[in-house]
Amino acid sequence: MSGSDKQPRIERRQFLKGAAAAGPALAAASLVSPQAAQAAQTPAGAAAPATMAVREQHPPGTGQPLAPGYVVGGDHMTDCLRALDIEYVASCPGSTFRGFQESIINYGGNKKPEFLTALHEDSSVHFAMGYAKITGKPMAAMIHGVVGVQHASMAIYNAFGDQVPVYIIAGNLLSEWGRRPGAEAAHSSTDQAQMVRDYIKWDEQPTTLRDFSNAAARCYEAAVSGAPGPVMLTADADMQEEAIHEDHKADLRLPKIGRRIPASADSGTVQELATMLCNAENPVLSLDRYGNNDKSIPLMVELAEALQAPVIDTRGRMNFPNRHPLNVSDIGGPYLRNADVVLAVEPRDLFGMVMALDDEDVRTPRPRIGQNTKVVRLGISHTSQKPNYGGSQRYAPADLDIQADAQGTMPALIEAVKRMAKPNFAARGERIANQTKNLLERAKAEAAYGWDASPISTARLCAEIWDQIKNEEYTVPTETNFLSSWPQRLWVMDKYYNFLGRSGGWGVGYNSAAAIGAALANKPHGRVTVALAGDGDFMMAPGVIWTAAHHQIPILFVIHNNRGYHQETMHLQRMANRRNRAVTTADIGTTIKDPNMDFAMMAKSMGVYSEGPVSNPVDLRPAIQRALAVVKRGEPAVLDIVAQPR
Amino acid sequence: MKRILLSVAALAGAAAFFAFSNAPIAEAAQAQGDVARGQAAFERIGCWACHGHQGQGGSTGPKIAPNPLAFPAFSGFVRTTSGEMPPFTARVLPDQDLRDIHAFLMSVPAAPAVATIPLLQ
Repeated sequence: MSGSDKQPRIERRQFLKGAAAAGPALAAASLVSPQAAQAAQTPAGAAAPATMAVREQHPPGTGQPLAPGYVVGGDHMTDCLRALDIEYVASCPGSTFRGFQESIINYGGNKKPEFLTALHEDSSVHFAMGYAKITGKPMAAMIHGVVGVQHASMAIYNAFGDQVPVYIIAGNLLSEWGRRPGAEAAHSSTDQAQMVRDYIKWDEQPTTLRDFSNAAARCYEAAVSGAPGPVMLTADADMQEEAIHEDHKADLRLPKIGRRIPASADSGTVQELATMLCNAENPVLSLDRYGNNDKSIPLMVELAEALQAPVIDTRGRMNFPNRHPLNVSDIGGPYLRNADVVLAVEPRDLFGMVMALDDEDVRTPRPRIGQNTKVVRLGISHTSQKPNYGGSQRYAPADLDIQADAQGTMPALIEAVKRMAKPNFAARGERIANQTKNLLERAKAEAAYGWDASPISTARLCAEIWDQIKNEEYTVPTETNFLSSWPQRLWVMDKYYNFLGRSGGWGVGYNSAAAIGAALANKPHGRVTVALAGDGDFMMAPGVIWTAAHHQIPILFVIHNNRGYHQETMHLQRMANRRNRAVTTADIGTTIKDPNMDFAMMAKSMGVYSEGPVSNPVDLRPAIQRALAVVKRGEPAVLDIVAQPR
Repeated sequence: MKRILLSVAALAGAAAFFAFSNAPIAEAAQAQGDVARGQAAFERIGCWACHGHQGQGGSTGPKIAPNPLAFPAFSGFVRTTSGEMPPFTARVLPDQDLRDIHAFLMSVPAAPAVATIPLLQ
């Protein structure tokens, strides 16, 4: 039963349940004639007259209006999302959640949650990733049964790898009995989450509305607790559409969000860690998925300054101010090699932090750290691993593994370090500052090479953009390694929302779509969102800019058009070269040319302001200026920039 | 689908090698190369893919122009490197192409002084 037992109700699902309770004989009868099935629809012991009375008012499947005093299961589901403070539901439509969708729109008034129209399920999930990285809370991604989940699976994998909470709601028609032939049968399954269970944190497929509340709460908790990640709540189509009396709905409990306090290390462990760090001659702080909110960076700055220790930001998130004198991210090799203690903060991949493994014929790991370096892992980012997918490689042990939330542990650690700080720390800090003070000047000198080149250098592109946003609050929601990390080298980045890290699973198509979710989250704050997306990434789901236009999401979309899946061009060339044969064919199957894409025309076709292709660096400045003016009036703009490969 | 990023660190060795690139170029080597043919070969062979169309370098390959290595060292590296950049044998990169590419890299003009670029101030 979905609701309480005190009121009668009837719906397709209830009928089917009754049929099932009646046993095989009923099933046989139902196959014979609808009349026979109807005769047997009242399960033994049920209040048949009352049920029949309701059926008169609201016969299932006849298209009659909902009787007065009745609502539907989807309304309760909408209340559950509202109770979970879910503001948006990103969705490419699908009939397996039509009952839920209609409830959100008409019962819920399309406000909190509000529908965000996506043109691909993969985009829905990526929207939610970008949104969560700014807000820290999940967006729902509503996905069609079976085929929608299949479409979304790569993005779900990205969310899992990147440890981003995404609240996936998948439609399904659980009852085989009620599935129409054709699409409805094809888009339903017995165990929907099975397809993605290897890379989600939790899933539920509730079979009653009461259970739905329960499952909705548990999924939410799983998504945001510990190392965050995607979850899947399957919403049965029958249950979405079933009629329930308003009194029943009022009886159904709603999920409740309590305060969450992340686990911090105990005082003894904090003291032990502080002692290790303060007694070390050359401690190094190496940060991965640490910076997730406005308190993260100030706390880490306080720790680094208390220790006067060098900091390496591996850019899994925006972890540490790029211009801080203790930031050695771009010259971190010698610091790691000489370190006696490395504090790895929220590392998803400890092996990659302490070892290198190059793409050579014979892959020999090369230690980044010294033989006697002690490695301390502080964090929970490694705790969501699963056996089949998700970045497993060579195992790298930590000498001390502190399984506590790094940010939650920071205040106590800072206090302990300050108590034990030594006078010689200052000299260490000065030495580091001396080595980092010229990094910006070096970056500028390197940026000058190819300054006037066409295709436009990525350094010039980034410098031109920075010149026009440097006085704004901004977010780069896209990976920057494809642009040789010029934003980190030339810009000022010191807020957690200035940069959002990577895709998590290296699944292409993340950047363009996640940028839309981030821009939506930035909208109320008036921040400028600048997506630096590759042409290959963009073409995985170009419809994302239509979503931006449709929902009036301001975003500057700069397409880094190197006319190919350039990473793969290099891989193919390397393969041919190793095999000592034609290296001139690396463009076959890896490039996007002949004909060249016209991204500006594509954007215009979706109602988006656009310019390009821009290939002369002199044209960059005015193009960016015009596009930013469009963004500042609340709309998206696309610039197609023909640029150097990296 | 394999999506492995080329390691910047792994190319550090190559970068260090090229850092010694200020040695003067032998006149003879330059005379043997043709700039236009060299630029075409640079594009055709795919050098640009990691080093950029101007040889300016990036996250996947070090800067190799302007002022490339002297031709003997340049040639020696290209023929014998064993890092992430595999060696280019004469079979896939004939000697004349290599000389032409070197001539092209020699022809790349010096970068403008940072002080003359307002955006970098």
